[in-house]
Amino acid sequence: MAETARQLESVSGGQSAWRSARGDMAVSVGLRLLGFGPLLILVLLAAVIGLLTPNFLSPGNISNILAQTAVIAIVAMGQQLVILTRGIDLSVGANLALATVIGGLVYHEVESGPLVILAMILAGGAVGAVNGLVYVYGRLPHPFIITLAMLSICRGLALEFSINHTTMRGMPDSIMVLGNEASFGLPNSFFVVLGVALILFVLTKTMVWGRWTYAVGGNPEAAVEMGIPVKAVLVATYVIAGLCAGIGAVVLSGRTGASSPLYGNLLELDTIAAVIIGGASFLGGRGHLGHALVGAVMIGVIRNALNLLNVDVFFQMIAIGLIIIIAVEADVLRNHLEARARVNQAARTE
Amino acid sequence: MSPILPPPALTVRNAEKRFGAVYALKGVSLQARRGEVLALLGDNGAGKSTLVKCISGVHALDEGDILVDDEIIAMNSPAIARRAGIETVYQDLALFDNLTPAQNFYCGRETSFPSWLPRGLRFLNSRKMDREAAAVIDRLKVRLPKFDAPVALMSGGQRQAIAVARATVFARKVVILDEPTAALGVRESRKVIDLIKQLRAEGNTVILITHNMEHVIELADRAVVLRQGHKVGELKPERANQQELVSLIMGAGA
Repeated sequence: MAETARQLESVSGGQSAWRSARGDMAVSVGLRLLGFGPLLILVLLAAVIGLLTPNFLSPGNISNILAQTAVIAIVAMGQQLVILTRGIDLSVGANLALATVIGGLVYHEVESGPLVILAMILAGGAVGAVNGLVYVYGRLPHPFIITLAMLSICRGLALEFSINHTTMRGMPDSIMVLGNEASFGLPNSFFVVLGVALILFVLTKTMVWGRWTYAVGGNPEAAVEMGIPVKAVLVATYVIAGLCAGIGAVVLSGRTGASSPLYGNLLELDTIAAVIIGGASFLGGRGHLGHALVGAVMIGVIRNALNLLNVDVFFQMIAIGLIIIIAVEADVLRNHLEARARVNQAARTE
Repeated sequence: MSPILPPPALTVRNAEKRFGAVYALKGVSLQARRGEVLALLGDNGAGKSTLVKCISGVHALDEGDILVDDEIIAMNSPAIARRAGIETVYQDLALFDNLTPAQNFYCGRETSFPSWLPRGLRFLNSRKMDREAAAVIDRLKVRLPKFDAPVALMSGGQRQAIAVARATVFARKVVILDEPTAALGVRESRKVIDLIKQLRAEGNTVILITHNMEHVIELADRAVVLRQGHKVGELKPERANQQELVSLIMGAGA
């Protein structure tokens, strides 16, 4: 490194080298700040709210936030992968509702916890498979339309299957334990989030499939040229997003002890918001699970805090909307800084 | 030329390619020998890109053969060309901005384990890939600001160098470079030219498409000129015959 620096020094004139080095510094500090930004904001937010409402940082309330955030966090991790590949999955909320209803129907027939859990997760995965297969093999230009269609279809099926019931009471004990109870002072749903995060982390960061996902998100045309099975990667991504919705269904029906075709309303927007607020790029190729998790917790914190402060529910929506705008602008700023970094590099060679 | 020539790494025989009624290539033959830089010249629409796409398996020839080391190969897909040892660097570079240089190098052909699993489910051997990519970057004297930063942060010249270096890792026979300096400034172009010389010195066969006559004269051991899908000339580019070269390209002498 030192040697390179010296060579650069000799290539450029002293003054311009100094200036470009300072520019580099600013750019790299800026990029680093943007990388840590969401987490930093989350910590600051928690500190400020903690000062305003002492109750906020009590173990009970933190536990509460984690439990309330679990569903968004799990489904957002799936959404994160889809957005990573330049896609979007609008069906996750309806998918989750359908999965709870199917779980409820299975529970009606057999009182087996594992079977109900399996049914919910597989139902979610199946919907994801339809999304992915139609998107890829139907040669659709963008997954927006197919996942919008599946949003409608899943919600319709969920309502149809639950014949005249807005909620179907009753869930097996094993599911109730997952959604309602706590271990080591933390809600069990929190450990479900951790488990999903761990599996997806291994998949995306240590396995070839994950590298391919990033490649497809970074440059789909080049991915084809480099011989990556782009279609299979995309289908798998939507299946995983669907499986996450299924797991979210398990946690949510565990928390409420019921299933309902009305569950997961606007969850697709919450999860997209979580991914973007967390700092992933909407343009694809950038972002990791941490972004989805930070974003989900941030949404949970804002809702919880505004509740504690007795702020109107409408204001929560406005606040989250404003944060989305800030997050998207941060993404724009990051692209701008990266362009600056490129120019700086070229200037050093000149 | 010396009487003992190195063997041809790539031979194109009577290549013909039609798009509808239009001949993009007609009866084009050429040879690229080991350790030489062959310039492929011609005006826009002369058939250079079509020829390169046929050699790299993007298009299939209607007539004629492509031989790698005297063996006829049916170039029906980019994967076949790549397996035959031909790597192509297109103008768009096909880089992944969000990945590091090493990740770019191995994208689509990751070193991974265990081998009994399907490819996508194997684990990345990142340390090995990083090490090997760093060795290549070093050997080719490419200078990068940071080896673990995404390619998005690098200049046009650095990106070009990464794409070329990636091609050389896997090209066992031929590297095709499509306008490698078109988007670069003077200094950055110079680096890429040095890189091409380095490739030749290591015994690679380089096919170079460029509009820059200075680069052709400096680099190319031979030049093949195409016009309207025909091969209209082949000569050793020198400063003395630069004018002849230009009129061959333009068709002014015809």
